[in-house]
Amino acid sequence: MTGVTVATGVTDTTRARGARRVAILGGGPAGLAAAQAALAAGADVTLLDEGGRLGGQYWRHHEQLTDRRLQHGWGRFERLRGVLDRAEVHSGASVWSAEASDGLVRLRAVVGAADAAGRTALDIEADAVVVATGAHDLALPMPGWTLPGVTTAGAAQALAKRDGVTVGRRTVVSGAGPFLLPVAQSLAIAGSEVVGVHEASRLTGLAAGWLPRPWQLAGKAGELVEYVGALARHRIPYRIGSGVVRVLGADRVEGVVIAALDAQWRPIPGTEREVACDSVALGHGFTPRLEVAVALGAVVEGDRRGRFVAVDEAQRTSVDGVFAAGEVTGIGGADAALAEGAVAGFMAAGGSLDDDRMRGPLAVRRRMRAFAVRLERAHGIQPGWTSWLSDDTVVCRCENVTRATIADRADVPMRAMKLATRAGLGACQGRTCGRAVEAIVADAGGAPEGFDRRPVLAPVRLGEVAALAPDLHALHTGSTVAAAGPEQ
Amino acid sequence: MIRITVDDEAIEGRAGQTIAGVLIGAGRTAWRTAQTGERGVFCGIGVCHDCLVTVNDVEGVRACQREAVDGDRVEREVRA
Amino acid sequence: MRVAVIGSGIVGAACALALVEGGAEVVVIDRVGVAGETSSRCEGNLLVSDKAPGAEADLAVASNAMWRVLAARLDAERPAGQPATEFEAKGGIVVAFGGGEAALERFAEVQRATGIRAEAMDVASLAAAEPYLSREVVHAVHYPDDAQIQPSAATQALLDTAIRSGARLVIGDVTGPLDRSGRADRSGRLAGVMTTAGPIEADAVVNCAGPWAGEVAARLGARLDIRPRRGVILVTTPMPQRVFHKVYDSDYVGAVGSGDAALQTSTVVESTPGGTVLIGSSRERVGFDDRPGVAPAAAIAAKAVRLFPFLEETLLLRSYFGFRPYAPDHLPVIGADPEIAGLVHATGHEGAGIGLAPATAQLVAHAVLGAPTALDPAPFLPGRAGLQETA
Repeated sequence: MTGVTVATGVTDTTRARGARRVAILGGGPAGLAAAQAALAAGADVTLLDEGGRLGGQYWRHHEQLTDRRLQHGWGRFERLRGVLDRAEVHSGASVWSAEASDGLVRLRAVVGAADAAGRTALDIEADAVVVATGAHDLALPMPGWTLPGVTTAGAAQALAKRDGVTVGRRTVVSGAGPFLLPVAQSLAIAGSEVVGVHEASRLTGLAAGWLPRPWQLAGKAGELVEYVGALARHRIPYRIGSGVVRVLGADRVEGVVIAALDAQWRPIPGTEREVACDSVALGHGFTPRLEVAVALGAVVEGDRRGRFVAVDEAQRTSVDGVFAAGEVTGIGGADAALAEGAVAGFMAAGGSLDDDRMRGPLAVRRRMRAFAVRLERAHGIQPGWTSWLSDDTVVCRCENVTRATIADRADVPMRAMKLATRAGLGACQGRTCGRAVEAIVADAGGAPEGFDRRPVLAPVRLGEVAALAPDLHALHTGSTVAAAGPEQ
Repeated sequence: MIRITVDDEAIEGRAGQTIAGVLIGAGRTAWRTAQTGERGVFCGIGVCHDCLVTVNDVEGVRACQREAVDGDRVEREVRA
Repeated sequence: MRVAVIGSGIVGAACALALVEGGAEVVVIDRVGVAGETSSRCEGNLLVSDKAPGAEADLAVASNAMWRVLAARLDAERPAGQPATEFEAKGGIVVAFGGGEAALERFAEVQRATGIRAEAMDVASLAAAEPYLSREVVHAVHYPDDAQIQPSAATQALLDTAIRSGARLVIGDVTGPLDRSGRADRSGRLAGVMTTAGPIEADAVVNCAGPWAGEVAARLGARLDIRPRRGVILVTTPMPQRVFHKVYDSDYVGAVGSGDAALQTSTVVESTPGGTVLIGSSRERVGFDDRPGVAPAAAIAAKAVRLFPFLEETLLLRSYFGFRPYAPDHLPVIGADPEIAGLVHATGHEGAGIGLAPATAQLVAHAVLGAPTALDPAPFLPGRAGLQETA
């Protein structure tokens, strides 16, 4: 057995004080704001973040490698980080199990270098938890999207910010939503020529969506102006109602096919044109990281176009003691996440919505909720995208399952479909292809169910799981775990 | 500067970069053999598991999440 | 003859195929569709190695032989879209750590007497067969007849084949019986079932509802004591093949059969065609509780690592659990209901349903259609004393 040590999330002194123990999952804007608010309300706070450095996707950084032009609201981040010396903070923490019962939350994590073997076990019991696990990019499948050089928009930005590199020298950005703008800026600053930014939504939709209140776009008016300025400065064309529908190349990206898209995101015949490039950044939206909230029993609302953790005005989920904030509750951007995090952390610590300190966050929260609705209306994925797939397009990247294979098995229950085709059964557990698989099943007349339930919440090694078992001697003699015949 | 080996070839990166960052910085965009071809980084934030490598004999390490450490031995994974 | 089969798990699908090929007009009724529950939440072990001599061992040996023919046929006749069964006659190896070798060898000895092939392995042949196995293993027995199948795919293949032969699948929940006049009623011979998708007339009704068979029986006015047992299974990430047979820890051999609710585990480690390693399994009697927590996974992982030390650094990809149907006397329940004419049960396979499905289907075809069988139906009849005492 590797050396596994067990740390406890809460010290004895805090228990003696009787303070509420609040665990916060995620070190992005929502989680950090939650930590600050919970500390202010007198709670003992344990914050777990899977990243090596706090900040989440929004404040992803590296002290030397990150170009300062790519950081926004950095002062806010430093202030939030500054109060954390009163909290127990674990970076590099993978929470692989979460349970809530009888008003207690139990979290199991391993802490250490990403995916290392024999990391330090962390077993946390808390009175309340704030789930601020965020979202990841949703890149829709298309022919050629498994070629090296194709990344998500978020990958392009993460590599630029955190590692100071770009995958290629000539990049096409395609997808939907305002997030494409900072991605293009990041690529340009990090050294790749951005051939164009292709926004699938059309002008009417955009105008109805965020154009009336552009200052809400990515948080602040200044930020928007900056992105638009960056596009102009780098001479990056911004095309609406268009998108990459096919990636070309034998062993790596050599170009893309761009087509005009109709309001349903169907490619318009005759508009296809080839553009040479060596890299593609795709971002058609975001998928909330729901598995922790689902494991805790929280109700998830929505349909296959978008499912989020259901919360009330106080960021309470359907489960006692379980709160959620940020992109897991709806895609609203950093300001929404900060406001929701502040409410969630304060309420998790036993605070009251009537407290004066909640007026600001509640007001921002209300405004940003409305913005999130407009954002989805303007940029939400439209069902016609599946028409750019071919029968042999790989949809599940892990198991290399094609569109036709999934569609052929659309008439059986989702669980049976997955086991028959292996779609969604691979290393990423459907995190990448889940929404696309659901769309294909729906197109084929099936009834898709979610891919949201994942009993193993994060990569963990069997030795790390085994460390929780009573010792092997006890197992073998049957004193705690009896032996039984094989399961069939 | 840090130095790691990739399939026994030495490459250099900058302190604090992920293994994916070091590989890309060294001009490599693909480092895993999947059933249908070569793969490299896709999601960049630890979700898709496309960028898996073996690091110091431990399999299944996400190159985009793992900070490179001087002397790391990185090896290609091949899916049969 | 019109037959309504309730449940489209492996037993329902196998029965549907046997019945439709026996000349019946078959309607399969399921709440969610093919392989929606237990048969998609298990391992697909086709075992003879774990069977102590007795009626179930005889059924397992017969069914094992039937699977070889059936799986080959399902795969050979497979149209596009139908999944392959992934049947593999890979054999099983049961191993003992120090102190367990005598019990394992005694168990193998009595099995040999009943015709189960069980071959003791020497150190060299074990190392050649499973090079990654723990060096602490002191004794091993090879069971060449143990095999593996992908249970969900096999269930789908069976039902697809039955449907191509004329069976029909109806998605709905059974709510009660139909009487001769076609009305819902609770008296007389069953004339079919009432479902949420409408009435289904039938001359015979086969209850293949697995762990829910007791509930279905009650809705049809019958008494059947079938309970759920929860089993958790772990799946690793894909890797180069390092496990070549089904490998079990023999610690269950000689253990007293326990009816208590405590967590029990037995270790089964095997590779799948997808490259993952499947690790089973726990058994807990906790009703239909769907929150197993970490204890079963931890216990399974600990014992698997002991068996194959390399697994310690292997990534856990996912875990899943299912509910296995068991009767109080731990024997399958197959045959006519002792009180309700026209009702036949096929359940209670307690984690052996995948392996026992073909033989079960043959017994059901015998009970419903009078089809010939060389199997002895008597030990499994729902009217047996072991069931009636507790029902």
